[in-house]
Amino acid sequence: MLLNELWFLLIAVLFIGFFFLEGYDFGVGMATRFVARNETERRMLINTIGPFWDANEVWMITAGGAMFAAFPDWYATLFSGFYVPLVVLLLLLIARGTAFEYRAKVEHPKWSGTWDWAIFIASLLCPFLWGVVFSTLVYGLPIDKNMNMHATFTSIVNPYSVLGGLLITLLCLYHGLVFICLRTTDELRERARAFAKKVFWVLAVAALAFVAVTYFVTDLFAKRGAFLFPIYTLDVIILILSALFLAKKRDGWAFGMNAGVILLTISSLFIGLFPRLMISNIKPAFDLTVYNSASGSYSLTVMTIVAVTLLPFVLGYSIWSYYVFRKRVSKKEHLEY
Amino acid sequence: MDILSLARFQYAATTIFHFFFVPLSIGMVLIVSIMETMYVVKKNEIYKKMAQFWGKFFLINFAIGVVTGILQEFQFGMNWSEYSRFMGDVFGAPLAIEALLAFFMESTFIGIWLFGWDRLSKGAHLACIWLVTLGTSLSALWILTANSFMQHPVGFHIHNGRAEMNDFFALLTNPQLWVEFPHTIFGSFATGAFVVAGISAIALLTKKYVSFYVKSFKIAIIIGLFSSVLIALFGHAQAQYLVQTQPMKMAASEGLWKDSGSPAAWTVFANIDTKNHKNSAEIKIPYLLDVLSYDKLSGNVKGIDTLQKEYVQKYGKGNYIPPVVATFWSFRIMTIMGAVLCLLGIIGIFLAWKKKLLDSKWFLRIMVAAIAVPFIGSTTGWLMTEIGRQPWTVFGYMQTAASVSPNVSAGELLFSIIAFITMYAILAVVMVYLFVRTYKEGPSLDNKATVQSNDPFDGEGYHIVTE
Repeated sequence: MLLNELWFLLIAVLFIGFFFLEGYDFGVGMATRFVARNETERRMLINTIGPFWDANEVWMITAGGAMFAAFPDWYATLFSGFYVPLVVLLLLLIARGTAFEYRAKVEHPKWSGTWDWAIFIASLLCPFLWGVVFSTLVYGLPIDKNMNMHATFTSIVNPYSVLGGLLITLLCLYHGLVFICLRTTDELRERARAFAKKVFWVLAVAALAFVAVTYFVTDLFAKRGAFLFPIYTLDVIILILSALFLAKKRDGWAFGMNAGVILLTISSLFIGLFPRLMISNIKPAFDLTVYNSASGSYSLTVMTIVAVTLLPFVLGYSIWSYYVFRKRVSKKEHLEY
Repeated sequence: MDILSLARFQYAATTIFHFFFVPLSIGMVLIVSIMETMYVVKKNEIYKKMAQFWGKFFLINFAIGVVTGILQEFQFGMNWSEYSRFMGDVFGAPLAIEALLAFFMESTFIGIWLFGWDRLSKGAHLACIWLVTLGTSLSALWILTANSFMQHPVGFHIHNGRAEMNDFFALLTNPQLWVEFPHTIFGSFATGAFVVAGISAIALLTKKYVSFYVKSFKIAIIIGLFSSVLIALFGHAQAQYLVQTQPMKMAASEGLWKDSGSPAAWTVFANIDTKNHKNSAEIKIPYLLDVLSYDKLSGNVKGIDTLQKEYVQKYGKGNYIPPVVATFWSFRIMTIMGAVLCLLGIIGIFLAWKKKLLDSKWFLRIMVAAIAVPFIGSTTGWLMTEIGRQPWTVFGYMQTAASVSPNVSAGELLFSIIAFITMYAILAVVMVYLFVRTYKEGPSLDNKATVQSNDPFDGEGYHIVTE
C-alpha cells in the first residue's frame, strides 16, 4: 500500500516540476506581447527559453506516462473525461512547439508574426486549461460507478474552474516575468520587472479569491484544513517575499521564492485530494482513489526502481543544461530561434 | 460512422502521420552524429558544415515528430480508456520509462546541441548529438516493447479482472521485441539515409556543391545499404516468428484460405474474394512460402479457415479473420519497397566507388523518386502489423471493440478528427516548404569559411557573420 502513496507523491512531484519549469516558459510566451516592443525584443525573449522549453514539456509527458503506469484508471478516466479540453490543449501544444522551431526559418515579418501569435495564444491558454482541469479535480466531477466521467460543458467550465484557470495563468505569467529578469539585460529586464510588479497585485487578488472560494465550494479544508491553513499562509508570505526580492533586484532570490509558491500551490491541491485522485459528485463511493485505481504492487515496485535509478541522471543533466546557458541573452548574441 | 470506427480511424491517421517523422528523425540524427564525428576526428570544416546543414533538416523534422508524439501518448487514455484500464498495469510501464529515459534525454541534449555550438568544447558538443541519437533509439526500444506486448503478450497474468505485470524482464526479452525492434530501427536508419541520399541526388543533378553532396551521398548510401540488408534479414526472422505466434496474420498476409499443404508456394499476386474465401488469378512461386516460414523446402502453412475454427475453439464464438485484402497487399508493397532499397543501395555504392555518380543521371533521378520508398515501406509495414492483428488489440486477450472509450461521443470524435487532420495537413505543407527552402539556401560553403578556418579566433566571429 505504501507504494500507492509513493506514486501519488511522485506524480505530484512531476506536475510541480511541470508547472515550475514549463510555467516560466508559458510566462515568457505570454510576455512576448506584454513586454517586448519590437521583433528583436520578442526574439530575445523567445531565445531565453530556447534550449529549455522542450525538456520542460517532457515533465508533463512523463506525468502522463506515470499516471498510465501507476494509476491506469486515473489516466483512463481523466484523459477520456476531459476529451475536448485535451484536444484543444494538444492542438495548442502542437502549434506552440512547431512555432518555436520554425519562427526564424524564414525572414519575413508575416511568417515570424504568425508563429509568434501561435506562441502567445498557446502560452496563454495552455496554463489556463491546466488550471481548469486541476480545479475541477478538487471541485468534483460526474464520475459513474464504472469510473467513467460523463462531463457536460458546465462540469468543466464553471466559475470556480475559470478562477482556477486564471490563477494558474497569472502565476505562470508572473513566474515567466521573473525568469526574464534573470535571463536578459538592461531595458528589457527593467520593463519585465515593472510589469511583474503590476501582475503581482492581480495575482495576489486572484490567489486570495481562489483560496476563499475553495474554502466554501470544495471539501478540501474540511478534510485537510490542518495542512492547508499553514500551507496557504506560508504561500502568501513567500509570494510577498518574491515581490520584495524582485523590487530589490534580487532576481535569483525572487525566482527561488516562485519555486516555493508553485510547490505549495500545486501541493495544496494534491494534499486536499489525497487519498482521492478524482472526486465523484454523484456518490463518494465512486471516487477514484490511490487504492482503487492503482496498478499492482509488482508493477509499482518495478516502476519505483526504474524511477529512483533514472531521476538523478535526469536532474543532473537538466541542471548541467542550465549551467551551459547561464549567460544572459542580449542583442549581441547569436539568436537561434 | 460508429464510435469504434471513428476512434480507429483517428488512431490510424494520427499514428501513420506521426510515423513519417519518427523514422526520419532517428535516421537523420544518426547521420548527423556520424558527420560531426568525422568533423571532430578529421578536423575538416566541410564535415561541420555537413552536420549543420543536415542538422537543419533533422530539426525541422524532429519538431513535428515531438509535437505529434504528445498526442500519441495521450490518445490511449482519451480514446481507448477501456484498453488503458485493462492493460495499463503492463502497458503503461514502458511508456512511462520511455518518457523518463528517452524523452528527457533527447529533448535536453537537442537543446544543448542546437544552442551550444559556440559554448561547448567540440567533444562535449559531439557527445550531445550522440546522446540525442541514443535517446531516439531508446524511445523506439520502449515503445516497441509496448507494441510487442500487444503482438505477443508476455510477463503478466489476469488478476483482479485485468492484466497485471508479473515479470518485467519477460517484457524486455519478448522474442517479438527482438525481431520487431531491429527491423524498425534499421528501417529508420534507412529512411534517414535515403532522404539524405535523395536530396543529395537533386543537388548532384544540377552539379551544385559537388564535393559536399558526393561526400554526403556516400555516407548516406553506405548506411542505406547496410540498413536495408538488415531490414530484410530481421523482416525474415519476424515472418518466421509470426508463423508461430500469430498464424492468422501470416495466413492473411498470404491470402491463404485453405492450408497450403507441403511444399507451400508463395503468392505473388492474387485477386482475393473475401466473401467466398477463395482467390482467382493467382501467380505463385513454388517452395518460397516454406523458405520464408521455415527456411526449408517443405512444410504446411495453416490457412485462414482452419485457423478460424481453431480460434473459435480456443477463444469462443466470433470472427477472428482480419481484413485479408489490406493485410495481403500491405505486406507485398512493404516487401517490394525493401527489395528496392537493397537494390538501390548496391547500385549506389557501386557507382560511387567507380566515381560514376555524376554521369549516371538516370540513377540520380531514381534516387530522388526513391525518397518516398522508405516511407511507403514503413507505413505499409505498420498497416500489415496492426490490421493483421485484428480483431485483437492485445492478441488473444483483448479485442479492439472492447478497448474504446465508452464516454467519448461520436460528435467529439468527429471534432477531434477534423481538428487534428487540419492541423496535421498544415504542418505537412509547412514542413515540405521548409525542406525545399533549406535545400535551396544550400550548405553556405562560401570561400570565407575556408579562409577563416585558419584563423584562431574563427569560433567567435564566424557564426554571427554568416548566419
